[in-house]
Amino acid sequence: MDGQISWRVRHVWGRNLQVFLRTWKVSFLPPLFDSLFFLIALGYGLGQFVQEIDGVGYARFVAPAIVAIGIMNASYFETTYGSFVRMYYQKTFDALIATPITIEEVIVGEILWGATKAVIYTALILPLLAVFGVISLPDSLLLIPLALLGGLLFGAIGLCFTAWTPSIDTLSYPQFLFITPMMVLSGTFFPIESLPLPVQYVAYAVMPLAHIVSLARALTLPAAAPFALVSLAWLVVATGLVMFIAVRQMRRRLVV
Amino acid sequence: MTQPAILAEGLEKRFGALVAVDRCSFVVNEGEVFGFLGPNGAGKTSTMRMIACVSPKTGGRLEVFGLDVNERPREIKAMIGVVSQENNLDPDLSVYDNLVVFARFFELDRAEAARRADELIEFFGLGEKRDTVIEVLSGGMKRRLTIARALINRPRLVILDEPTTGLDPQARALIWERLRTLRDRGSTILLSTHYLEEAERFCDRLVIMDNGKILIEGRPDEIVSSRMGRAVIETVDDPAVLACLAREGIAYERFGDLVHITTNSPEPLIQRLVSSCNPSRLSVRNATLEDVFLRLTGRGLKD
Ligand SMILES: Nc1ncnc2c1ncn2[C@@H]1O[C@H](COP(=O)(O)OP(=O)(O)O)[C@@H](O)[C@H]1O
Ligand SMILES: [Mg+2]
Repeated sequence: MDGQISWRVRHVWGRNLQVFLRTWKVSFLPPLFDSLFFLIALGYGLGQFVQEIDGVGYARFVAPAIVAIGIMNASYFETTYGSFVRMYYQKTFDALIATPITIEEVIVGEILWGATKAVIYTALILPLLAVFGVISLPDSLLLIPLALLGGLLFGAIGLCFTAWTPSIDTLSYPQFLFITPMMVLSGTFFPIESLPLPVQYVAYAVMPLAHIVSLARALTLPAAAPFALVSLAWLVVATGLVMFIAVRQMRRRLVV
Repeated sequence: MTQPAILAEGLEKRFGALVAVDRCSFVVNEGEVFGFLGPNGAGKTSTMRMIACVSPKTGGRLEVFGLDVNERPREIKAMIGVVSQENNLDPDLSVYDNLVVFARFFELDRAEAARRADELIEFFGLGEKRDTVIEVLSGGMKRRLTIARALINRPRLVILDEPTTGLDPQARALIWERLRTLRDRGSTILLSTHYLEEAERFCDRLVIMDNGKILIEGRPDEIVSSRMGRAVIETVDDPAVLACLAREGIAYERFGDLVHITTNSPEPLIQRLVSSCNPSRLSVRNATLEDVFLRLTGRGLKD
């Protein structure tokens, strides 16, 4: 089954882009507002009662985490709900594989598209956060390549759930069993070091978001980040592995 | 040496224990209109999906234009156009964009894609809807667009899975009319349907499938004349009539409350029936594929 993936993935990606360009006005504002509400509620509301962390104010502390959460959501929701609608309701994948495009290319194209959504989100939220003064440009532009990596990983994770879910309703299970706990426990709103040590280990072992958050902080805050390279390696390996699983699982679901 | 468009030998498709396509063999020649007929669940879609290289066969041999479906799916898919049973157009895109986006999948460049899209929009009478988002199109227009889309790569073989099912008679007529033009231009067409009259009129050759098996293969008129004779006389299923038919030595079949008598020369037989059996009702009609199917399976075609 090697040699099934060629540059034709760009057609799958391009098809999604074309649809996105027709609908972006409605689909892109909500995630941005989401992030800004978090910033206001946490950074400014809650932040008044919180001491400095690692030498920065609370708003600056949560800002990179908010971006990391946005990266996760943008790609994960694209390849769960978005891909499921294309696969199951619109039969887009069936149409695609009736052309010289292979099922593997469809899957990889979907993951790339999920990552693209994460990149677009990041590119739009960064200037907004800079206006609020909670991140500094241009240093923080490094979050964009991070969005690509994180987006590939969460895009692939999302597609695994899409391959396994019997219906669109059951997609809510991975969301509240995996995404939501991760969103609050990955060192997002408080330093992960405040958790008991065993929980920290578990968090770093199974929560990709924990690594994205710590990398996002390493890229945007002055504090030393001794484990940044470990996190980067973890993300790269996990991305490769999960993409492989996603392709296999989707093939199993779709090739009948 | 003419190579067939499709060659299937002992073709088989299993879904677990279920045998959806049971050792089917058939040949489709280039330039031919070939039909798959059969009730729901017969195995038509499964067969066509294997030919279109989107569903792996579980047994037998299958070649399209001399290429093995397992070994050269990309090349085969580049040469065919597929209209699947379920609508899979892009609901968010316009008629025109549906076509040009699809053209890219076949590596057509922008200018060529635009040219073919406009040509097909014209051919299928979709000009007024060119820039309309397809969500609001009627069922018939969507089906026409799906067929148009399947032609964007100028395929040597067009596969249509129930192209007219679920459409009103007018929309169906329009689609058959376009397909006829396509046929006259020499395209090889493979289609499935459970509308017998349409298949009878449109197909050069066809197979009748049931339970995954090919029951019979041939030209529609030959199938009917060899299996049925020219005409079917229908009369009432009434004990007195049945006794009379037995007495006269006339073969008959019972279907529900009707009795069918098939024959090549209906006139003398009718006279004999009227004079000796005197049934309360009697009618004659041409034999059809439906009758063949009824005889082969004991069931009607439509569910
Ligand atoms: N993906 C599938 N999984 C399991 N069974 C299937 C699948 N697709 C079709 N079948 C079964 O295979 C048989 C043939 O179906 P199909 O090829 O769709 O018939 P037709 O197109 O003639 O209606 C049916 O019994 C159907 O239920
Ligand atoms: Mg079918």
